[in-house]
Amino acid sequence: MSAVSMTASAEQAGVAPAAPKAGLARGLRPALGLLLPVALAVCWEIAVRMGWSNGRLVPPPSVIWQTFVDLAATGELQRHALATLSRVAAGFGFGVAAGTVFGAITGYSALTHRIVDPTLQALRSIPSIAWVPLFILWFGIFEASKVILIAVGVFFPVYLGVMGAVMSVDRKIVEVGRVFRLSGPAMVRRILLPAVMPTYVISLRAGLGLGWMFVVAAEFLGASTGLGFLLIDGQQLGKPAQIVAAIVAFAILGKTTDWLIAAIATPFLRWEDRFART
Amino acid sequence: MLVLDRVGKTYPNGVRALDGISLHVAPGEILVVIGGSGCGKSTMLRAVSGLDTPSQGMVVLDGMVITAPHEQIGIIFQEPRLLPWLRVADNVGFGLEQYPKAERNTRVTRALERVGLTDKAKVWPRELSGGQAQRVAIARALVPRPQVLLLDEPFSALDAFTRADLQDHLLDLWADLKPTLIVVTHDVEEAIVLADRIMVMRPHPGRVYEEIPCDLPRPRDRQSAAFDFVKRRVLAALDRSLERAVITDDGETAAAAGGGLWW
Repeated sequence: MSAVSMTASAEQAGVAPAAPKAGLARGLRPALGLLLPVALAVCWEIAVRMGWSNGRLVPPPSVIWQTFVDLAATGELQRHALATLSRVAAGFGFGVAAGTVFGAITGYSALTHRIVDPTLQALRSIPSIAWVPLFILWFGIFEASKVILIAVGVFFPVYLGVMGAVMSVDRKIVEVGRVFRLSGPAMVRRILLPAVMPTYVISLRAGLGLGWMFVVAAEFLGASTGLGFLLIDGQQLGKPAQIVAAIVAFAILGKTTDWLIAAIATPFLRWEDRFART
Repeated sequence: MLVLDRVGKTYPNGVRALDGISLHVAPGEILVVIGGSGCGKSTMLRAVSGLDTPSQGMVVLDGMVITAPHEQIGIIFQEPRLLPWLRVADNVGFGLEQYPKAERNTRVTRALERVGLTDKAKVWPRELSGGQAQRVAIARALVPRPQVLLLDEPFSALDAFTRADLQDHLLDLWADLKPTLIVVTHDVEEAIVLADRIMVMRPHPGRVYEEIPCDLPRPRDRQSAAFDFVKRRVLAALDRSLERAVITDDGETAAAAGGGLWW
């Protein structure tokens, strides 16, 4: 009898997924990444509902969701998120601009590289948070010091990425440009720029990641708005749900902006000969 | 007329790669340069292309001294060197930026037809085979209609079948436009298939060792006795240029030794 049921189950297992497999697998593939966090959240929710934990310090998803909705309803969430977002945007903008310019110049000119790069590398080895007291003295406690701190964080990965990319452009490809007698600007536009594009996008994404990291540090230091302020506020008033809600907001914003850069870059990088994962 | 006047190249580290090469190449002539490694054949080609400047002497094309890449001189490298971010058609049209779009398109279409890759126009370079990529490179070099086309071991990275195929193909294209060709190779058979004249070079420092005219009727039959005769002659010259063969008065012995050393 057991043998019979085993055959039956084996048959089911073998036959059932065969037909809808192709369409289903493709549609579910992105959802696969949600499996783990959702499972953990559900487990925790159940644990709190069953009374195995009071969930006071680690609020269950339903409470976090409620906090999230309440904050959104009063417009608080949007106000703080917008404040943080605009700081990151400004800092990211300045950091990317400076990193791109310096990286391109030091990558292109060996002399500038020898003069400028050692200083920048030395500055890079300073933990950026160490600048905070100085920045506050120099630029005050308002927006300027925060934006500059974020810009410093964004600058280095972009600088390193652009410099490395420009330095490693294939001499053989540059020679093709020379054979067709490209002028300096044409060489930059038609050869160097497309050649550094893949590395540039990666360094932009790394820079953006650091930007989100540094905005929290900046907002811990006396801010009255921003998601970082919500974190500190939640800690001081003993509202862990608010802290987690702010963290979730950070995660959503960080992931969305990163995805945005990747999406904007995709049409420019379609030519890449990638090792595709399945 | 392309003229090399005592062209020499000494690298900054003191290595003398090329020692006073003087040479006349007639319009439409196919000159094949052959020699062992380190005999300066690529160095010479780069000097002619204007990518490197010679340390002594000069390269003159129709009375103009060549010091930088020139629109009348095209070059094809050992690797296709296609720009990976441009589709095949854009790669072919890379040197036509200054022409109006319509003109560029017709020229590119015609060039792709000629190399038999019309169906690959919209494809990325990474999707091409080695032989196809090299054909695109040939189309890219030919499309500005240069008077001189330089080829630096253009087929050496390809398999034997593709190589023979592309040699014939190159000759077809040459018959259309009749540019001057200078082909650097280390493949004796390739040299004889292509050449009007074969120049054997010797190394350390690179100089001309012997010039062998090659006037077999085209298309050339790789199996014919006449082909084999020229092949033995070139191999013997190559051997002597590397000071490997025993020096005798009997040409047959030297040729036979050359045949034996066919590697």
